[in-house]
Amino acid sequence: MKTHSRSRAVRTPGGLSVRLDPRALTVVVLLLVAACAAGIALIGTGDAKIPAADVLRTLAGNGNAYQDFIVNELRLPRVLVGLLVGAALGLGGALFQSISRNPLGSPDVLGLSQGSTAGALTVIVLLSGSASQVTVGALAGGLATGLAVYLLAWKQGVHGYRMVLVGIGVNAVMTAVNGYLLTKADLVDAARAVVWMTGSLNGRDWDQVWPLLALCAVLVPLVLVNARGLRMMEMGDDISHALGVRVQWVRLLLMVSAVLLTAAATAAAGPVSFVALTAPQLARRLTRSPGPNLVPSLCMGAALLVAADWASQRAFGADQLPVGVVTGVLGGAYLLWLLVTERRAGRI
Amino acid sequence: MLVDSPPEQRAEHAPAPPTRHVVRALGLLLAAVLLVLVALASIAVGAKGLSPAQVWHGLFHDTGTYGDVVVGERLSRTVLGLLVGAALGLSGAVLQALTRNPLADPGLLGINAGASAAVVTAMTYLGVTSLTGYVWFAFLGAAAVGGLVWFLGGSRGATPVRLALAGTAITAALYGYLQAVMITDGAALGKMRFWTVGSLVSATDSTIVQVLPFLAVGTVLALALARPLNAVEMGDDTARALGANLDRTRALAMLSAVVLCGAATAACGPIMFVGLMVPHVVRSFTGPDLRWILPYATVLAPVLLLGSDVLGRVVARPAELQVGIVTAVIGGPVFIFLVRRRRTAQL
Repeated sequence: MKTHSRSRAVRTPGGLSVRLDPRALTVVVLLLVAACAAGIALIGTGDAKIPAADVLRTLAGNGNAYQDFIVNELRLPRVLVGLLVGAALGLGGALFQSISRNPLGSPDVLGLSQGSTAGALTVIVLLSGSASQVTVGALAGGLATGLAVYLLAWKQGVHGYRMVLVGIGVNAVMTAVNGYLLTKADLVDAARAVVWMTGSLNGRDWDQVWPLLALCAVLVPLVLVNARGLRMMEMGDDISHALGVRVQWVRLLLMVSAVLLTAAATAAAGPVSFVALTAPQLARRLTRSPGPNLVPSLCMGAALLVAADWASQRAFGADQLPVGVVTGVLGGAYLLWLLVTERRAGRI
Repeated sequence: MLVDSPPEQRAEHAPAPPTRHVVRALGLLLAAVLLVLVALASIAVGAKGLSPAQVWHGLFHDTGTYGDVVVGERLSRTVLGLLVGAALGLSGAVLQALTRNPLADPGLLGINAGASAAVVTAMTYLGVTSLTGYVWFAFLGAAAVGGLVWFLGGSRGATPVRLALAGTAITAALYGYLQAVMITDGAALGKMRFWTVGSLVSATDSTIVQVLPFLAVGTVLALALARPLNAVEMGDDTARALGANLDRTRALAMLSAVVLCGAATAACGPIMFVGLMVPHVVRSFTGPDLRWILPYATVLAPVLLLGSDVLGRVVARPAELQVGIVTAVIGGPVFIFLVRRRRTAQL
């Protein structure tokens, strides 16, 4: 892969230094603009259409009461959940792909999404729980699955390929468990469960925004501070160890963060498929920079998810098709293309 | 030392083919006896337990008593389990030989998912309702995904990881499609959620009659390929030097695997891991010769499938766990064990 030579180090008086890549910076800014634009378009879309100028005025606090209710109470939380879920999935996916050193090592493939789903389905089907209990179930399921994959792949340290294969095995078991839970349900619960399982932003309100925002506010800085070691770990455990990285500790910390991010995103919106897989890959292609590309992946995830939700609302009408179907179809097509090109380059 | 040793002692070091064949043939017989026992258990065990005498009565002197009706119901289920189990085990063994990949399994490689997606499409959008109708769609889906995974996994240069990743990724994409169908069509959800887990519950005599020809063709083809596949397993160069027709063998082996697992999936939904586990167990006592692995897999895979089915009925009595769920819950740990056992250098 062609690397960029124009990146430079910025040093602060305190002795800290940050490497800045102008192209990556541009990509991040453009993606943020795209995510905000898609978010504003999404707020304006629905049964009551609102022009973008009115949306902006209402967000600034100058709209009329009717628009204020629709924008700030109904649609803004949905867009914020979408942005946060996309960002969390993008970052989590980038971490997993970097740790497993495989472009396909995303939470979708490793069983985390299925684990969260199993937790949520248990609450929906066996306990008939409320929405907030479903969230707790999804979080617990995702964490337990992540822990199981890590422990089962542990053999004097966790090796990338073994983790991927163990994850595939866990994924299969969890898929079966989900299928079983789905057959246990009566048809009403089953329909609710299937919509949840596809990943949807319908009817999200402020109750979903705050926990997700709090978690991201803690985890994103934590991950970014520790990301230095990740870049070196992509060269192999021995080299990064020699360069002074505490390999297993950094890997554990980042994996736990990635699991938490993915589980929180799944708890808020259901297992929206393929965002975690595609966002880091697209980001890497835009920045043309090797390495984990964490911040670009985060922005790409947010932009992708909100844009996909907007596309599904525009194409199929308000709240007809959950966003997970759109990302699933688009992501599936992208995945095939990725497999073909990566195969040609011999990188998988 | 060797020169001085008496002939009997030398015979211990050298392989003694006739005795070994006898032992293996006896083992196969033992496996068949085991299969009969599991099949009888599958008839006797369930929400209503039956005594051996009642099973005997229902099988051979059917006079229409309550017990006889139960036996009749469970008999078709058991026969279907036998057929499907044999098909899955055989196709798993063929796939493992064909891809030279110890982790190959129709479920892991996405072939089951391909068949499922095609069947669901046929059921929901094309109005195909009979098994004989959609079994062709199952073949089509299985073949398409099989070819795609093989191509994406790197064809000749395929490694276990690549194939498994390509299979899992395609499975994920196809499951997304299945969910989209189930969301948009409530009637499809009612029917499909039972079919997509893999179950023998819906077995009837007509199901058996409809899939039997396909399974028979696939089984005969697979068993006949044992010899050429032995050569393929040695690697391309050696196989060619031994005079094997590589492309023909590969094409026929793929065809038999697709027919077997396509028909099995059409009959009772996607069932995972049977095709993975059985050949591994079999190989541990037959060695690498496919002429023994394939028959053993044919006999022992239904033992696993029927055993799982019986277990599913015992565990959740009076309701039951679908067999596809039981095999996945048993097979997942076995798969992880296999992954852990192999040295990382090989992966």
